[in-house]
Amino acid sequence: MHSAFPVALRRMRAPLIVIVAVYAIAVLGLVLIPGIDTDGNPAPPMSFFHAFYFVSFTATTIGFGELPVPFSNGQRLWVTVCIYLAVFGWTYTILSLLALMQDKPLQQAVAVGRFRRAVRRIGEPFYILCGYGETGTLLARSLDQLHIRFVVLDISPERTEDLVVRGFDVDVPALTADVRKPETLLIAGLRHPRCCGVVSLTNDDGANLAAAITVRLLNPTVPVLARAESEATVANMASFRTHHIINPFEKFGEYLALALDEPGNYQLLEWLTGIPGTTLRAETRPPRGHWVVCGYGRFGRAVVRHLGRKGQTVTIVDPQPDPLAHPPWVAGRGTEAGILQQAEIGRAVGIVAGTDDDVSNLAIAMTARELHPRLFVVIRQNLVANKVLFDEFKADVTMVPSEIIAHECLAVLTTPLLARFLDIVKAEKDEWADRVVASLRERVGEEVPVIWRVHLDAAHAPGCFEAQIPVTLEWLLRSSSSREEYLHCMPLLLVRGDKEHPLPEAALQLLPGDQILFAGTREARTLQALTLSNVNVFDYVRTGEQIAGGWLWNALRPRV
Amino acid sequence: MNREKVVFGFFIVLAATLNFGFFVGEIDVPYHHDVFELFAAIAVNLVATVLKFGDRTQIGAIHLATSLVADLQLVAAAICWAAAVHVVGEGMSPEVTARVVSLAGGALLANIVSLVILIAETVMLRR
Repeated sequence: MHSAFPVALRRMRAPLIVIVAVYAIAVLGLVLIPGIDTDGNPAPPMSFFHAFYFVSFTATTIGFGELPVPFSNGQRLWVTVCIYLAVFGWTYTILSLLALMQDKPLQQAVAVGRFRRAVRRIGEPFYILCGYGETGTLLARSLDQLHIRFVVLDISPERTEDLVVRGFDVDVPALTADVRKPETLLIAGLRHPRCCGVVSLTNDDGANLAAAITVRLLNPTVPVLARAESEATVANMASFRTHHIINPFEKFGEYLALALDEPGNYQLLEWLTGIPGTTLRAETRPPRGHWVVCGYGRFGRAVVRHLGRKGQTVTIVDPQPDPLAHPPWVAGRGTEAGILQQAEIGRAVGIVAGTDDDVSNLAIAMTARELHPRLFVVIRQNLVANKVLFDEFKADVTMVPSEIIAHECLAVLTTPLLARFLDIVKAEKDEWADRVVASLRERVGEEVPVIWRVHLDAAHAPGCFEAQIPVTLEWLLRSSSSREEYLHCMPLLLVRGDKEHPLPEAALQLLPGDQILFAGTREARTLQALTLSNVNVFDYVRTGEQIAGGWLWNALRPRV
Repeated sequence: MNREKVVFGFFIVLAATLNFGFFVGEIDVPYHHDVFELFAAIAVNLVATVLKFGDRTQIGAIHLATSLVADLQLVAAAICWAAAVHVVGEGMSPEVTARVVSLAGGALLANIVSLVILIAETVMLRR
């Protein structure tokens, strides 16, 4: 891809030569044809200066009149010719210019140039987001709310145009291009010193795979998150160590299994990875027993596998039965009452409507509820646009693949420690999770908390270091504006060396190099950052004494 | 024979010859330097410049640069002339003529560089 300017100039050669020629001919005529003075006597022709002046305003149809003196008839005859010549010349030039601007390859070249410059100018850490579909949009909005910079690549021009209309807080460079081409990622800043990650979320496994390989080869230091829907792609990506592979169907199967077994843990997980601005959802407790799963695609398969692992029985409803499948089968779509009755809906406790068609899923769920009103309904929503319908239906669990991926990406991107904490959550008991949820709710509120990490070293927490005193965790929990108050935050995890200590006590002594994961409000984070960075604030939080900060006061203090 | 090459060469050579034609003569004698020749030199130089647009090679860039220099010098000469005759009213005195002609002389040098590049390019091709 090259710069657009030389191409444009080359295309404008003919019209520009026409303009030069028209001007030259017109001027030449005027300096040759005799004029007339104010008394009507013949006079010498115009000078070059006056001729050029006259042609300049006549050719552009401004038309000041006959300057500097009224013309002779010979001059008028020539000027008539000149006017038509000039109008033709300018019309040709302007039409050529318009045609040039309509030219698709040229527009693309201009867009690439603009995008490249915008990316080069980014002075803060940023992510490259490949694919601006449903998931990409969701992730982009969340990143924007967290004030994290990103650039967007998508193959469809409509989507990148939509991005311009949507209006983000920060400027988001976007380009319509194919991420399968390595050059696209390079233009998007893969080797930019501030590039801190690539997220590939296109709906094409091949494109995600290509993006992941490109990143691993061209800049292995940059982490790459990729979406993969088929198991073959997951295996392929894992083979060259893609940092994080997200399979939405597998993830949901896992979450559903977790929700069945340990609803508290699931609730905590969902809350911590929630999109900023949303609130805590009530705990859902899926019943145990017999399940009917409609649609045995990738989603259905993952759900059945996880349900089977948790010891439930399953009947599958799908138009194309797989002879090798283990559980009992009913052939059909599941939208008809007869088929559902065949699948023993009467003795079932729950139904999963998991086809890739939203209307079918709603039809299945509504029919099932008609037959069996107390049924637990899990429904898959494919398109964000259908949200209204799904909200109205009020299923017990609505599974939106794009949301799952966006949550996961957000958690991994913003705080790597959170992923470790989430692994702990998955392994813990239900009562433990309930306790965590209760104390989080008490200290932080119902909103999705902000998650951040504190790294206790000289670079990240200079305030604590200058004090040269063993730091107690409690001091980081007090407000730096009045120390009697506690901040609306809570430590989730302490990492010391290789060891993880979930939910550290407030009295704990911290050591240099410790990393702590906090959940709390945005305000708490700001106040805590002040304590960490400023030794005087730190002293105040520690002792309650206000110490004046300046060098002069410090020098005077011992004598006063 | 390539028609595009003929047109290209024609305009470059014509720009240089017209420029030379205007330049020759005593530097401060007005009637040695014809205003029509200056006009023709400017027009042909502009066309030559436009013909050089859009070549992305190194030689193309130098070509364009020399033409732009020649345009700048010739237009400056024309402006000097017009200012002396119509604005200041000094007329074509020896000082003004010398100024105009020396500016055109600078343009001639740029045009000669352009010619040399043209010849060098042709010789290199050897076809």
